[in-house]
Amino acid sequence: MGALLGVIPFFAYTMVFLAIPTLIVVVGSFLDGSGHPTLGNLTALAQPQIVSAFIHSTVLSAVTAVLGAVFGALLAYAVSTGREGGQLRRIVSSLCGVLAQFGGVTLAFAFVATVGFQGFVTLWLQNIGIDLAGSTWLFEPYKGLILVYTYFQIPLMLIVFLPAVEGLRPQWREAAESLGGSTWHYWRHVAGPILAPSFIGAMLLLFTNAFSAYATAAALISQGSPIIPLQIGGTLSSEVILGQENVGKAMALGMVAIVAVVMTLYVALERRTTKWLGR
Amino acid sequence: MKLRATRRRKQTIFRRVVVGMIGLFFALPLLGMVEFTTRAPGGGRTLDTWATLFDFNVIDADYPELKTGVLASAGLVLLTVAIMLIMLVPTMTWVRLRLPGLRRTVEFICLLPLTIPAIVLVVGLAPVYAWVSYFLGESSLWLAFAYVVLVLPYAYRALDAGLSAIDVKTLAEAARSLGAGWPTVMWRIILPNVRTAVLSASFLSVALVLGEFTIASLFSRDNLQVAINQLGKRDASLAIAAAFAFMVIAFLVLFAMSFVGNGRRSSRPEEN
Repeated sequence: MGALLGVIPFFAYTMVFLAIPTLIVVVGSFLDGSGHPTLGNLTALAQPQIVSAFIHSTVLSAVTAVLGAVFGALLAYAVSTGREGGQLRRIVSSLCGVLAQFGGVTLAFAFVATVGFQGFVTLWLQNIGIDLAGSTWLFEPYKGLILVYTYFQIPLMLIVFLPAVEGLRPQWREAAESLGGSTWHYWRHVAGPILAPSFIGAMLLLFTNAFSAYATAAALISQGSPIIPLQIGGTLSSEVILGQENVGKAMALGMVAIVAVVMTLYVALERRTTKWLGR
Repeated sequence: MKLRATRRRKQTIFRRVVVGMIGLFFALPLLGMVEFTTRAPGGGRTLDTWATLFDFNVIDADYPELKTGVLASAGLVLLTVAIMLIMLVPTMTWVRLRLPGLRRTVEFICLLPLTIPAIVLVVGLAPVYAWVSYFLGESSLWLAFAYVVLVLPYAYRALDAGLSAIDVKTLAEAARSLGAGWPTVMWRIILPNVRTAVLSASFLSVALVLGEFTIASLFSRDNLQVAINQLGKRDASLAIAAAFAFMVIAFLVLFAMSFVGNGRRSSRPEEN
């Protein structure tokens, strides 16, 4: 009994700042403004702007997860062909560690300074006759946001996927070659199947990473709330229409549900990977 | 043998092309920031913006929001790291020693924030922070309570790796049998043995707190990122210079981390 006293501070803290907020979101989703049970908040999710925000968020996250996964995996493989413990590997992985954290306001500013109305790439392209400044493409979810999000997805992919690629043993390739297999055979029958679970798992992680992101879009987009985190942010900062006080909580619950499904798949895949690569 | 040599050559070309192309994609926005902050009004280059950024008198007088933000973030870094360490290190040690049955539960709780996006946490924290403001006042410093939750998964993983590498039980029993009390065991036995893990947990927390925007901005508190964002509406050039400067600082912090111990890295960043 005395031993339990030692963990009380931890449980009390996580109760107040983690469990209670989670409960507030879950319970609040089913309460109306005056505290009576209702399903109104969930049906309110069917409003066109919320539905389209959910769709935008999902498509944006899926597309950047695939782009990030493909380019990140290419980079990881390219780096892994370098010398073991060599400079390139060390530099690329520490740079990616930083770039994956590099999000939010700074990233938004970096893109505005580069391909915004006055950005140097925009000005340079104007000189050769391509006009980027004529539209608001940088602030649209399917154009600018995809480009910006890919910027932090690729480094995250490298960090997550590099250990898997490094787990490929040269002996496997030699074995395939000694049996007369070509490079294509090696990738199709040996390396591909071994890497597939980690690749898909990493892609799921990238999906949740983009799906949860708020700061980058908030700093970049000043008008409208095309993605779901911005919609939720809007319910917190502006006056809310009467009777819709808890719609933000219902949206938050929807986000958690999607993230939870994806993370469950990720954990299941991760277990498989561990079995295969013996990590 | 010949086959392998050909492959090696092909791989080298492939490596250079891929690293070069992706490297260019990463370099362009960074270059864009440097280019933008060194533009002179009539064309040409100037370092005026950077001179302003490092002139503390001018910052103090003309850009008070930046100073407030920097100070708030500095306080938040210290408070977050302090709460995180004071809470996690003893709890995790204690659970290993006396309550091994609770280890899974503690791990589950610590990793839980990975599945809760910061924006969702903000929604749930709003009523909690109404109470925090009621008892402790409106200071930005109290954001640290929420930040501790954000850093929990990363700190837990780093500390768990450190504690797994030493024999906590034997060390503690040896100290106890020599008459040490629990505080002595914690402070003089466990802590020195996991200092690498403590350092990497702290570095990760510093990087995360310096980059945090979501919670601070939605609760209308001050921190570095909120200040830079506000500044962006007034003086784009200076804001971009400040963002770049603090990114370099975060880079140095994380780079230093890769030299501490084996530099274990977390697999998932927050705050994008």
